[in-house]
Amino acid sequence: MEKFGFFISKGRQINYDSNDRSIAEYIYEREPSFRRCIECGGCSATCTTGSMTKFSLRELHILIKRGENDKVMESLKKCMLCGKCILVCPRGVNTRNIVVLAKQAFQKSAAYAI
Amino acid sequence: MSKHVVVIGGGVAGLEAAGRLSREGLDVSLLEKDSITGGHLNRWFKLFPDRRDSSEVKDYLEGLTHANNVKLFTNVTIEKLNRDKDHFSVLTNDGKELIADAVVVATGFDLFKSSRKEEYGYGIYDNVITSADLEDMFRKGEITAADGTVPKKIGIVHCVGSRDEKAGNLYCSKLCCVTAVKQAIEIREHYPESTLFCFYMDMRMGGAYYEEMYREAQEVWSVNFIRGKVSEASETIDKKVVIKVEDTLAGRPLKMTLDLLILMAGMEMSEGGIKLAGLAGLKTGDNRFFEATDHHFGSNKSNVEGLFYAGTCTSPMNITETISHARAAVSEVVDYLKNS
Ligand code: SF4
Ligand code: SF4
Ligand code: SF4
Repeated sequence: MEKFGFFISKGRQINYDSNDRSIAEYIYEREPSFRRCIECGGCSATCTTGSMTKFSLRELHILIKRGENDKVMESLKKCMLCGKCILVCPRGVNTRNIVVLAKQAFQKSAAYAI
Repeated sequence: MSKHVVVIGGGVAGLEAAGRLSREGLDVSLLEKDSITGGHLNRWFKLFPDRRDSSEVKDYLEGLTHANNVKLFTNVTIEKLNRDKDHFSVLTNDGKELIADAVVVATGFDLFKSSRKEEYGYGIYDNVITSADLEDMFRKGEITAADGTVPKKIGIVHCVGSRDEKAGNLYCSKLCCVTAVKQAIEIREHYPESTLFCFYMDMRMGGAYYEEMYREAQEVWSVNFIRGKVSEASETIDKKVVIKVEDTLAGRPLKMTLDLLILMAGMEMSEGGIKLAGLAGLKTGDNRFFEATDHHFGSNKSNVEGLFYAGTCTSPMNITETISHARAAVSEVVDYLKNS
């Protein structure tokens, strides 16, 4: 079909009723400290990757929790698993393990080919 | 003859002040507009942060007034309050005139009338209720949606009528964040299958063990906290509630369908207090609460000599603070009477 340069923009709204939160559930079960995050951004502030590229661990957490999984998969690859973020978290969240578990969850899930 | 003090308001502050003043050897009359004392304690079931039964605090306060022979007048409102040279004349709706050497005003707060925030549909949609309505449900031991079914997805809106120019209240009511956390936990305990969402602008957990309770709500009870002000609620054809909010930390708008929406109503200066301010020429602040003469060291003193404030008629306070403030008022009254 001829392309005329028009497109329909995809809505930006998070639809919590229909989003898939199985990745979040997978992590909650294995790393309960994931629930304690208060979205303060300490982890992202200290993250080397975050200061060099567009990557925020805090944002990644929230997107997983809301079931915005497409955006998460790309981001996950950027984390070097250095563990600096664990040192600053005021809520004792095992941040590094969350990245590890998220990768695992995507690999196991048939819905997401990684 | 011992001096006579009139205490106006039989809630937490009034009961504490009246009981203690009487214990000091003063002759005390306590005036209450309702048929019973205890004020808002009568409506709240369990208290934060330790979740004790509110009746325990009420029993303590009423025990204090009974043991000390406070004269209690219920169903009484004030029609006139004048200061005459060195005493006060208090005229009540039943035609009594009380002559007092000092007055303690403990008229408390009213809960914000949530129907004023029309965008949330309280009083219009079946499944929008307030924090106070939920306490009634806790007391009955039955938490249900309007049609009697078990609610599964439940949302809690923080700051209803507080921190809101549109509601005319710029201040933070201080206690609704912790109330939201407490109520979310209580619902989860009652219905382990339920999912809870708190929509907040800031989590203000400024009290002993409040933050710990917030953490417990997340960790033990899996309560979800989403930062954003709910802009509006609407009702679906099957009476569910759809809310719109920006998930500000995700930077995206979010919509969600809920079985029950609970509004955390804020605290406002009571109507009784506003009326009294007019009758007695008492100063009120921009927030409409009574304005004490000094914010730091005169928080019980009014602009009328011999008339003192106790409790939430001056600003939002929790029960611990209210009781402390009432005790401070007692010491001001005792000082004043000694020197007058
Ligand atoms: S572990 Fe990953 S997210 Fe944490 S600081 Fe290192 S690179 Fe950043
Ligand atoms: S530092 Fe901890 S609490 Fe703060 S955003 Fe990161 S994981 Fe969450
Ligand atoms: S205590 Fe929390 S809910 Fe209440 S007004 Fe303050 S910020 Fe809002």
